[in-house]
Parts: sequence; C-alpha cells; structure tokens
Amino acid sequence: MSVAESHLHDHHDDHEHDHHDLPWIKKYVFSEDHKVIAKQYLISGIIWAIIGGGLSLLFRLQLAYPDANFDWLKPLLGGWIQNGKLDPEFYLALVTMHGTIMVFFVLTAGLSGTFSNFLIPLQIGARDMASGFLNMLSYWFFFVSGVIMLCSLFIETGPAGGGWTVYPPLSALPQAISGSGLGMTLWLISMALFIVSTLLGGLNYITTVINLRTNGMSFLRMPLTIWAFFITAIIGLLSFPVLFSAALLLIFDRTFGTSFFLSDIYIAGQALSFEGGSPVLFQHLFWFLGHPEVYIVLLPALGITSEIVATNSRKPIFGYKAMIGSMLAIAFLSFIVWAHHMFISGMNPFLGSIFMFLTLIIAVPSAVKAFNYITTLWRGNIIFTPAMLFSIGLVSFFISGGLTGIVLGNSAADIQLHDTYFVVAHFHIVMGSASFFGMLAGVYHWFPKMFGRMMDEKLGYVHFWITFIGVYMVFFPMHYIGIAGFPRRYYSFTGFDFTQSFTDLTQIITIAAIVTFAAQFIFLFNFFFSIFKGRRATENPWRSNTLEWTTPVEPGHGNWPGAIPTVYRWAYDYSKPGAEDDFIPQNVPFSETKGSNFPHENEQMVAEAESIHGK
Amino acid sequence: MATTAVIDEKEKRNLWGGGAEPLRASYGKLMMWFFLLSDALSFSGLLITYGLSRFAHNAYTGKIADFVPSGNYWPVPEKVFTHIPFTHNPYPLVFVGIMTFILIMSSVTMVLAVEAGHRMDKEEVLKWMLWTIIGGAAFLGCQAWEWTIFIVGDKGRMIADGTTFFGANLHHNEYGPTLFADLFFFITGFHGTHVLSGVIINMIVFYNVAIGTYERVGHYEMVEKVGLYWHFVDLVWVFVFTFFYLV
Repeated sequence: MSVAESHLHDHHDDHEHDHHDLPWIKKYVFSEDHKVIAKQYLISGIIWAIIGGGLSLLFRLQLAYPDANFDWLKPLLGGWIQNGKLDPEFYLALVTMHGTIMVFFVLTAGLSGTFSNFLIPLQIGARDMASGFLNMLSYWFFFVSGVIMLCSLFIETGPAGGGWTVYPPLSALPQAISGSGLGMTLWLISMALFIVSTLLGGLNYITTVINLRTNGMSFLRMPLTIWAFFITAIIGLLSFPVLFSAALLLIFDRTFGTSFFLSDIYIAGQALSFEGGSPVLFQHLFWFLGHPEVYIVLLPALGITSEIVATNSRKPIFGYKAMIGSMLAIAFLSFIVWAHHMFISGMNPFLGSIFMFLTLIIAVPSAVKAFNYITTLWRGNIIFTPAMLFSIGLVSFFISGGLTGIVLGNSAADIQLHDTYFVVAHFHIVMGSASFFGMLAGVYHWFPKMFGRMMDEKLGYVHFWITFIGVYMVFFPMHYIGIAGFPRRYYSFTGFDFTQSFTDLTQIITIAAIVTFAAQFIFLFNFFFSIFKGRRATENPWRSNTLEWTTPVEPGHGNWPGAIPTVYRWAYDYSKPGAEDDFIPQNVPFSETKGSNFPHENEQMVAEAESIHGK
Repeated sequence: MATTAVIDEKEKRNLWGGGAEPLRASYGKLMMWFFLLSDALSFSGLLITYGLSRFAHNAYTGKIADFVPSGNYWPVPEKVFTHIPFTHNPYPLVFVGIMTFILIMSSVTMVLAVEAGHRMDKEEVLKWMLWTIIGGAAFLGCQAWEWTIFIVGDKGRMIADGTTFFGANLHHNEYGPTLFADLFFFITGFHGTHVLSGVIINMIVFYNVAIGTYERVGHYEMVEKVGLYWHFVDLVWVFVFTFFYLV
C-alpha cells in the first residue's frame, strides 16, 4: 500500500517539478525550491555576519583606545562621532545590534535557515519541503524583518540600545536613552516578524522530517544532522512564542501606557503613571526563550559536526544513540534552566539553587557529546579538509567554553562574575564561535552540493588557522578581564584605577578581533570566487554515506532525476570490516555487501528483498 | 490471532520506517497541530503573566457581600462582571456564561461540519459551517458588548488624584489595580483576535465549500484543519474564562 502510494507521489511530483520554464523571479527570488531558499538564507546570513562583525570592531576600538581620536570614522558614523569621540549612547546601540544580529540573524536564520532547508529534504530523501510556499514565506518574513532592523541603524535616534535582552524599564521608556525611542519600536517589530519566520520555517522542518522520509529512512537511520535540525525546530517552536508574548506586552507598555513590566518609576523627580508591573517578569519570559535560543543556535552546529567528523575520520560516529539521547536531554533541560541568567535579579535565592542544580546537569549530556566526538576521532583515518578542521575547532570551543559554563552556573560564583567580561568570554566561545565554526564547516562541506564546485582548500586552511587562533586570542583574555571585575557594556573604563594594568590586554583583544575579522574576507573571496570559478565537483567528493551525495552534482527541482533512493542502513558505515570500500552509502542494500554484514544485518536481508521485489 | 498480531507489528514498523505518513496525518494537518502547540505557548506566556501579576497584588480578604472596589487589592470577578443586557439588576457571571456556552456550541457545530465532510455531504458541511460562523460572530458581538460595559463603567471609584474615575482604560479603572484592566484588555483581546481570524478563515472555507472546491479535490480536509484551530481557540477560552472570571 505504502509503496503504491509513494509511487503515486513520485509520479505526481515529477509533474510538479517539471517546470524548467519558470520566470526568473520565481526561480531565484520568490522560489519555492528548498535549495534556492537555503542559498538565500546563506547569502543573507553572510551579509548580516559582516554587518554584525563590523559593528563589534567599532566598539572594540572604543574599548581599547578610549582616548583616541575617532574623527576618521566620521564618513561612516557621521553625527555619532562628536569631537573625535564615539557617542556613549551609540556605543550601547552598537553592542545591542551586534548581539541581536549575531544571535538571531546570523546564527539562527543563517545557520538553521541554510542547513535545515538545504539538508533536510536531501538527506531524508524528499523531493522538497512539505510546503514550499510556507518555506518561501518564511524567508521573506525574515527578509522584511532584516530590512526593518537595517533601517533602524540609520534613523536619527539610533537603533535599539537596551542590550539584546531589551530589559524594561530601560527599553520601555523612550525618555531613558535615545535608543529606546523609534529604534526600539523597530527592533520589536522586526523581532515579531522574525518570530513568524522561524515559526513557518520550523513547522516545515518538523513536518518534513516526520512525513516525507523516504522508504527505509526510519528515525534511527537518520543522520545526526537531521536529528539536530529536527530537535532545534521543536525547541524554536516552543520557545519563540513566549518571546512573542513578551514582545507584544512590551509593545503595549511602550506605546499604549500599560504597566505590565513597569512600576513606581520616577524620571527627573516626576512620578510616571505606571504601577503594579514587574520588570523581573519580563526577564522570566525573555529567558524562557533566551536560554533555549542558545541551543537553537548550537544544536545545528553540533549536528553538522557529527556528520563531518564521522565522514572525515572514516569511522562510524561513536555512540549514535547516545548522541540522539544527549541532544534530547539538552533540549529538555534547556527549558528548565532559564533563571540561571537571573541569579542577581532579585529572584528568591532558594529558586536560584534549584536552577543551579538543573543547569549543572546540562554538563552531563554536553560531556557525552564532547567525548563522542573525541572517541570518533580516536584512531580514525583523519582527512583534514577545511570542514573537518572547523569541526574540530568547534569541539575545542565546545569544551573550553563549556568548562567556564560550569563556573557560571554556580549561583554563588555568578554573583561575582555576572555581567562581567567572563560571561562575554564564556558565551562567545561556547555559543558564538562554536556555532559560527559549525556554520563555516557546513559551508565548506556542502559547498560542492550547493554550487557544484569545490572551494579552495589552501585558502580554507589559512582561513581556519587565523580564525581559530584569533578567536582564542580575542576571547581567552576576556576571562582574566572579567575575573578582574570589568563589567560588560561599559563605554569606558579609564575612570577606574584598577583598570590601568589591563589596558594592554584590551588592546590585544581588539587587534586580534580586527585580524580575525579581516581573515573572514579570505573566506568570502574563496566562497564567491568558487561559486563561479571553483574546481568542478564530483557527485560524492568526500566519499560520504548520506543521501544528498547520491543526487547529481547539481541537483535540480525534485533533487533526484529518477526515483528517490531507498534506504537500507544507517548513515555511518565507514571503514566497515570486510567491506570493499571504506564507506557504504545508505542506499546500498545489505544483500550487496554480504562480506561485511553483521549477523543481525543478514537477517534484515529478507525484509529487504521484499521491499526491493515490491518495487 | 497470532498472525494478525505479527502483521500489525510489521505495519507499525513500516509506518515509522519511512515512505509513509507515520501519524496518518497529512503535512497540513501536522503543521496545524504544531502551530497550535506553538500558539498554546504564546497563551501560556500571557496567562503566566496574569498569574504572576495577580499574586504580586493583595487578594481581597473580607466578605464577598461587603466588597468595595479598591486599588489596593485584586477585585472579585463576580462583583465586576454582573451586567446583562436590558436590566440593571446584577446577575454575576451570567453574561460571560452565555458567551462561553455560545463558543462551546460553535465547537459542537464545527464537529458536525467535520463529520459531514467525512461523509462528503456538501449541504450538511455548509449548514454546520454557517452555524459555526454565526456562533463565532455572536461570541465576538458579546465580547464587544462586554468590553463596552467594562470601559464605560458603572459606579466609579475615587483614584489617587482625588477625582472619581468611571469605567476602565489602560491607565486607570474603577474595579481595582491598573493591571487588572490591562490584563483583561490584553488577554481577552488577544483571544478575541484569534476568534476573529478564526471566523474569517471559516468564512473563506465556507465559500470554498459552497463553490465546490473540496468536492473536486475529493476530501474536506481543510474543514478539519480549520476545525482544529477552532477547537483550540475554544479551549484557550476555557482557560481565559477560568482565570479571569472563576478564580
């Protein structure tokens, strides 16, 4: 029955995807093809990464050289430079926009949007996403949201300046700082649209994985990338709506004078009419999204790494089911640890100890993942492609950043370290850089499938080493600065005596940041040059097992020209003893690999024969 | 007996083994379910806001009969929502009870529409969809009336600046603390927006049923999908009703 059905589907799809004469605008702009949408997300993500990274350089310059004359930045920043000094409120706006852009536009939309869209249909064996139309809408909601955020950078009062967490009352009162005026309004509108975009995308990812897997692709044969995207989408689906509620309530507080998050506020001796609300409530609602968001950002990168590490170690991933289990555990725990961001918010300290306990449990599934990556690498025939290097870099960041997480998770230690550069160092390594490396690894690895050409390996190596060392140069010293007591988001430290001995360290950080940022242009050149002039790729350049490598070099509409391949095995049959080659793709039946089958796999050949015969 | 068990088991495995829809639901229906899950969390965020705000305020401790509105404690709902049309005598919570009944009945008619869709009975689908739309519109009408009464007010209450304030807006209200009215407007309004969009979607589906779109497609799954949404909106109302009117 089901075979007959899938035949019908194939037939139907062939017709549907047989429109080569699409007008240009439907093919490249308002496309419903998951591969084109993925590329749209990727290019948008790259553009946002340049903007977000560029903003960070501006405030790094201010931090390292507070006494310097910044008049040379006037052509770029105009009125935000007064008498050679960066405007302090614009500094806050820079920090806010850097955080917002990087967390939401680059590492959520750019990462999930690109790789979930590109890989889910290709790796589970589907012609396209469940709903191409909603998928297209998802991208264009993201696009509009981005345009609004971009516009907010250019308005007179400046973009939102209350930090990416937009805590009220700072963000709720336009009188507070200039960034809480129109800039904040645009921020909230942009985020509301962004949440709609993630919702539409997430619905597609989840239903596609559940409903459109090809014959034989059971959940326990899915590549870990798909598991990661699937779990990420579920986390997003459950956490973003709460931010949506909080954003709506904040919009009402700002625009219509409600008191949800505001109470007893005096400005210049004048009492405002707000009474009864609670700003801590906003923090609860925000971090109910905010913490899962960390894993929305990180899990896809971990999934990509699992795939790349196994492929390039020529070994099965160590602990496949443990990897799935740890991802599920992380996803579950991510919803019950949010208050560890609020240890010093005035919350009941007893509640703090509960959240501390739950937070520290996350170390267990995280350690499972870290050990599994290392044991997969252990004695593998490692091939150091750029993608592999970036994946190993991710594992390094995941461990070194994760260790400081254990420190910060302690509510007692957090009293000292909260809102210092120690926190900045921690999350930039474990979430920012790790996810960013996952994204870069994914681009290097799947570039041949996206554009049919190879990226240059030598440039990839240069890019990796500068970035890898650069990231540690930037974020490692921040631990010391944080322990010394530097609070984050401060415009200038020169007013305090104890900061004198750390001036050189902040300058090293800034120089390293500039070098690291500059190194990304090597990648950009490599990326855009290779799209047009790169070496032609073969169908399966990495000798990988997953289904996307069974498609033509440049898969067209519907991905497979003929029938969709059937899946007979998991995705990690690398270097299997007795096999002819050191990899066996998922679509090779056990009956063709009798020399390497395990006893229980031989038993499956009966069922296999039925399904082949049935076709 | 034994053979059927084996076949069942095999079927079950195949169902999740790929190449099939494991939950026997189309992607559209799955998407609706997951959307509702997501929307449920939006409402949870709002209702948690309600709960926390309410517990941050004092509760009224005296006898209910002696209740006098004050900004110092949360009002008693049966002393606030006492109005019904055409009379000035207090009938606590009667009107909102009628509203709730209308909405629940519209869910019943929606079930009947879905059931008629399974039988491919176009006339019946039309009939029950129409009743659902009428029910939804009636609920919205009732809500508009209730908001009007709430906003216009009745007895008034002296507020901090010494004047007597009638009714409610987002800054002041005669019933209790500012947040009481803020939350009332926001949450019932957010729910009302859902009902409104539900009614509009129902109208579009009704139109499509009338011109025979689904008959040509061969199934009335779209009616099922909007039905899911409608039941969800109904279910959310039960929670809103409980929080605002009963406890």
